[in-house]
Amino acid sequence: MPSGTVSHGASGRLRGLFLVMVLVFLEGSVFTVAVASSDQHSPTTAHSGGHKATDHGSHNNTGKAFPVLDLNYENVRVPFEISLWVLLASLMKLGFHLVPHLSNIVPESCLLIVVGLLVGGIIRGTGETVPPVMDSKLFFYILLPPIILDAGYFLPIRPFMENLGTILIFAVVGTLWNAFFVGGLLYGVCQIGTETSSILSRIGLLQCLLFGSIISAVDPVAVLAVFEEIHINELLHILVFGESLLNDAVTVVLYHLFEEFSGIGSVTLLKGFLGVISFFVVALGGVLVGVLYGILAAFTSRFTSHTRVIEPLFVFLYSYMAYLSAEIFHLSGIMALIACGAVMRPYVEANISHKSHTTIKYFLKMWSSVSETLIFIFLGVATVAGPHDWNWTFVTVTVILCLVARVIGVVGLTFIINKFRIVKLTTKDQFIIAYGGLRGAIAFSLGFLLKKEHFPEREIFLTAIITVIFFTVFVQGMTIKPLVELLAVKKKQEAKRSINEEIHTQFLDHLLTGIEDICGHYGHHHWKDKLNRFNKKYVKKCLIAGERSKEPQLIAFYHKMEMKQAIQLVESGGGIKMPSAVPSTVSMQNIQPRPPTKPAPERAIPQLSKNKEEEIRKILRTNLQRTRQRLRSYNRHTLVADPYEDGLSDLFLKKQKMFQIEKKLKEMNTYLTVPAPPPDSPTMCRARLASGKHTDFKPDQVQKGNKMCSDPQAYSIKPASNKVPMIQVDLASPQSPDSVNLLDEFGQANQQEEEEQGLMMKPPSRPREAKKPSEEDEAKDPQKLMRCLSDPGPSADEDEDGAFLP
Amino acid sequence: MFILFESLDRDNRGCLSPDDFEALGGLAMNPIGGRIMEAFFSSGQDTVDFSSFVRILAHFRPTDRNRNKEGAQQELPSSRTRKLKFAFQLYDMDRDGKISREELLQVLRAMLGLQVTEEQLQSIAERAIQEADLDKDDAISFDEFKKSLEKTDIDTKMSVSFLK
Repeated sequence: MPSGTVSHGASGRLRGLFLVMVLVFLEGSVFTVAVASSDQHSPTTAHSGGHKATDHGSHNNTGKAFPVLDLNYENVRVPFEISLWVLLASLMKLGFHLVPHLSNIVPESCLLIVVGLLVGGIIRGTGETVPPVMDSKLFFYILLPPIILDAGYFLPIRPFMENLGTILIFAVVGTLWNAFFVGGLLYGVCQIGTETSSILSRIGLLQCLLFGSIISAVDPVAVLAVFEEIHINELLHILVFGESLLNDAVTVVLYHLFEEFSGIGSVTLLKGFLGVISFFVVALGGVLVGVLYGILAAFTSRFTSHTRVIEPLFVFLYSYMAYLSAEIFHLSGIMALIACGAVMRPYVEANISHKSHTTIKYFLKMWSSVSETLIFIFLGVATVAGPHDWNWTFVTVTVILCLVARVIGVVGLTFIINKFRIVKLTTKDQFIIAYGGLRGAIAFSLGFLLKKEHFPEREIFLTAIITVIFFTVFVQGMTIKPLVELLAVKKKQEAKRSINEEIHTQFLDHLLTGIEDICGHYGHHHWKDKLNRFNKKYVKKCLIAGERSKEPQLIAFYHKMEMKQAIQLVESGGGIKMPSAVPSTVSMQNIQPRPPTKPAPERAIPQLSKNKEEEIRKILRTNLQRTRQRLRSYNRHTLVADPYEDGLSDLFLKKQKMFQIEKKLKEMNTYLTVPAPPPDSPTMCRARLASGKHTDFKPDQVQKGNKMCSDPQAYSIKPASNKVPMIQVDLASPQSPDSVNLLDEFGQANQQEEEEQGLMMKPPSRPREAKKPSEEDEAKDPQKLMRCLSDPGPSADEDEDGAFLP
Repeated sequence: MFILFESLDRDNRGCLSPDDFEALGGLAMNPIGGRIMEAFFSSGQDTVDFSSFVRILAHFRPTDRNRNKEGAQQELPSSRTRKLKFAFQLYDMDRDGKISREELLQVLRAMLGLQVTEEQLQSIAERAIQEADLDKDDAISFDEFKKSLEKTDIDTKMSVSFLK
């Protein structure tokens, strides 16, 4: 792949762009050749078949030459073409980001449609028939599910649930309003049309209504594609996006309803009533199917602790099955998929390994990205290919009506909704919601599905649908970003959640539940609380493996944060600068607020430590780099054991030890000048781990491979040990007042020793430092140190080296 | 609102006492139920009359976002600052103006119950104070509290629509 993707310089980008263009041209030409040859090849196969026959007949006379190099395209045709399309899509995506400034002005979806148009044009230009790529089956069963699953799995549940009422009203009532408004008015326009009315007046009311229902659905793919790039605030994003997802149920019902009616040709009130009922069936049924499969998936993931490799597969399979099962019964597949993803996520994430989580995340993102790209390209190609029937009146009226209907719908509904909302929707919000109602490929595919017999005006419809799609995607998609800037709409806040927010949010939840109890008002929080309680009591026990089921949400969140931080530390080369949120600096800070008792020596400590910190850090950094190298070379072998997960228990142990240190520090105030006890803890902890003792803390996190377990645990000290320098830095600093000169003296001597033997040698060096002023108080302390360090130290080294020599 | 007050006031004394609150089953199950109760009984009294009841519940009225005057908003009991102050007081039991580590630990213990070990609680409290404590006094003052929640939409979180 072009190296330009790595370098950010302008020349690098241009170079990369050039390479991409070359590749695209090559690929394009191969593709057209392929398409061409696929048509020409059938006669040639016939020929070769004939040849073979004659050859067989006369093979005594003329032996057929053995084909050394043979062209056989037919066998590979279908996979080859599919791969070519996907490759084209991916290269396009790559190319757009290499062209400077383009992706800022034009949203990707527009560019992709243009590319599709170009490709279609090229294919048509070479005289071949454009392949009917926008096959509805392909679209609905292969291209659409990954996008929806990606959306559903990563759906932010909290804002979604909080705004569920609003979203539902927009989705259901809004879509109904749009459909009937557009359909009805269109029918009226067709009836009173001018000389073209001969064609248009044939369009019956039902056809118009059907057309209205197809065109009125806001498309999740288009919304995702455009809104992804403008980064508006969470509320608006979830409103528009949620609406686009949930209106699928309405669309499905209306579509089938009107299709039925126009097929049969008679409308009765009973049928209308049944239509309403079928809406509920479709929507709730879809959700039910999704929830069922979600629970199944969560339950299955409970038992996958021994086969971590196929965990992601379960997630994908169950979700896809949910989608297909819903489609069997004409239920809303999209809602099933969303429900499945949203339900299974908390339980599955508690059960699966960290790597599986990453795999799922990246596979979903990859598939949905490719799908989206392909959809837009195919839209372009289908525009070139598809049968068109341009009718000025129809098309323009449709476009105008769509816009008007959307605006009126949003404004009207917001007026009603605002009466029930705590946080009202402002005019700006309403504008964005109305403007963000993009139509997309779903509308086109639904139109494509229409049968010619019932709908002789199918081509008119398709042309109009494509025009509306183009209009919304190009015009609205391109201008929404500058409009967002212009109107100064609140943007998304990129911050990660801090633990404080999490604690306080939970606290506030409890508070509000209490207040609601006092008021006797069973609101939002009350039911949420009840659901949480139910969840904790019954559901979690079934669906989450082992001890994790008892883990409250706050703890899980805290774990995640710690893990992330540990990984960050490893990746950044370990403690070059101290992040302020690292708890291991606690002991440093604890010393400072005790001025009333001992002002002078304590104030000396922080200053000295700052000077010595750098030195210590330098020493440790060199050691860490060596340990990191050792880590890398061995990671392939430790595929089974997840060092980061095991490291977490080490982190906890270290923290435990930190608290013990604190306590000891508090007790031994007088020993401030000679605080030898602190180094006790991390080294003891390391020693204990090195000897292979399992920590009981998180047994289920210990992965398979019992023999490997103790060793990776001992080895996993290393990623966690990148935290050790953090501890060591400030632990060493309390020492520094007394051992300042010692550090200097031993600095050089220790450096050499440490570089030879890595981190393990650090602790023995310190008692040596501490031993110098050992006269008075710490007679027992360094002895303790020596005792605990003498045995496990060297043997730990041997263990590790021995285990990892394959 | 008075109807609500009367329905809570079971012995019809015209003011509420702690056992009136305790009669609400939901509150008993609430981990911070005790603290909420104590918030109603300010400054050592053991009865709550109607006006203080209303005043406290007024904290939870939905904020009207579209009001323009900044100054006017500060006075309203339902403004964001007042809401935060109320929440802060629930944390800060000894009313010294700061949430110390011990107070935070108490809250965590109440919320997380017996499911967690003491060390985990300590770690979490540690980390929370680390993140929020800007002046390094090992406690969270009201300003730090406000700052750590600046990204959360307090208006939504602390409003009961019933009280409009």
